[in-house]
Amino acid sequence: MADKIRIATASLAGCFGCHMSLLDIDERLIDLVAHIEFDRTPLTDIKQIGRCDVGLIEGGVCNAENVEVLKAFRRHCNLLVAVGACAINGGIPAMRNQYSLTECLEEAYLHGSGIDQPQIPSDPELPLLLDQVHPIHDVVWIDYFLPGCPPSADTIFTFLDELLSGKPIRFAYRQIHYD
Amino acid sequence: MSGSFSIDGVTVPFETGQSIMDAALAAKIYIPHLCHNPEFQPHGSCRLCCVTANGRTVAACTTLATDGLEVANETHEITTRRRLLLKLLFVEGNHVCPACEKSGACQLQAVAYHCGMLAPEFVHFYPKRAVDASHPETIIDFNRCILCELCVRASRDHDGKSVFNISGRGIDAHLTIDSPSGRLGDSRFSASDKAARVCPVGAILPKHRGYEIPIGRRLYDQESISQVGDVASHREQEDG
Ligand code: SF4
Ligand code: SF4
Ligand code: FES
Repeated sequence: MADKIRIATASLAGCFGCHMSLLDIDERLIDLVAHIEFDRTPLTDIKQIGRCDVGLIEGGVCNAENVEVLKAFRRHCNLLVAVGACAINGGIPAMRNQYSLTECLEEAYLHGSGIDQPQIPSDPELPLLLDQVHPIHDVVWIDYFLPGCPPSADTIFTFLDELLSGKPIRFAYRQIHYD
Repeated sequence: MSGSFSIDGVTVPFETGQSIMDAALAAKIYIPHLCHNPEFQPHGSCRLCCVTANGRTVAACTTLATDGLEVANETHEITTRRRLLLKLLFVEGNHVCPACEKSGACQLQAVAYHCGMLAPEFVHFYPKRAVDASHPETIIDFNRCILCELCVRASRDHDGKSVFNISGRGIDAHLTIDSPSGRLGDSRFSASDKAARVCPVGAILPKHRGYEIPIGRRLYDQESISQVGDVASHREQEDG
């Protein structure tokens, strides 16, 4: 392969579990690194995304900053992938959709147990919360979905490996699970 | 009387009165299904089992097998349609599999794996539905109910109690419980009822047994539903 493919990653409303799973590819990462270079990702600490072949998104969309980052990824990535349950259907964070945002904030910052100096944070630097948590395909077009909470390292490796080799992307039965 | 017909080119024998589904189950040919359980009258509501019979789309669980019928089951078109149905089922409820005790032994998941669904993709409804934990031994999480009516049929036709019913229409259809408060704890339901063991998803679950079987070692974690069959039949074996 002539050029390395350029990959950016982001964690939106996720727990970084999917990124941990990416790192969990272990020594096979060494094979991958020969064919991949990273753009904006928590792994490089590059803050602005440049032109990329692939964007991997972990987490759903829960605030205004998530929307901005996701749209920037869509503009810069040829192929945008929803990685993990939260990106795909909101996941655990979307369980707050059962309640109003006010109820959530009051429970977390006013009435919950063990709260000192109850107050709802309102610093202008904090991104505004959306009234519901959304899967990322609600906001931008998504080209591929990798389910799992998190998807196993093996699933992520298979995806990247087959993508690099230009093969059709196929998974073994055990590589696809929603939990 | 008996005869034979074909499913995807394989000859399948049948006895008069058997549905396409009955004959397929007897011949160990897997036709995806959610609302069917051979112990109960077929219901024909989930439409997952739709096949084409001599070119016409029919539900395999409610259509009688006839001599010489040519049935198509696992074609690209039919599997694509099944994936669509499955995606709709996922977005209509709240299916947070990582937080669901049924995960790994859930028929909705297993059929979706079989049909190659990677994600529900549609807009999620996030309906606001309750959990009923009023019964000492059994919990009902309405977020996961797919309205297959298996509990309705089991309670009515096997337990003779009619604890469950479906009420409302279209998107308002929902499971109801026959008790003064509408809660399971006040109904005649018992954890030893057949109705406690037929739910294909994580809507009716036994309490106090959470994570007895670790994730990764559950019924569908290693093998496809097309190999190991329905979760309800496994529960019957386990419970003796
Ligand atoms: S019932 Fe099945 S599909 Fe729904 S959340 Fe539970 S495991 Fe997932
Ligand atoms: S509770 Fe379970 S068995 Fe009853 S209708 Fe819902 S999904 Fe079917
Ligand atoms: S299994 Fe036949 S319609 Fe549900």
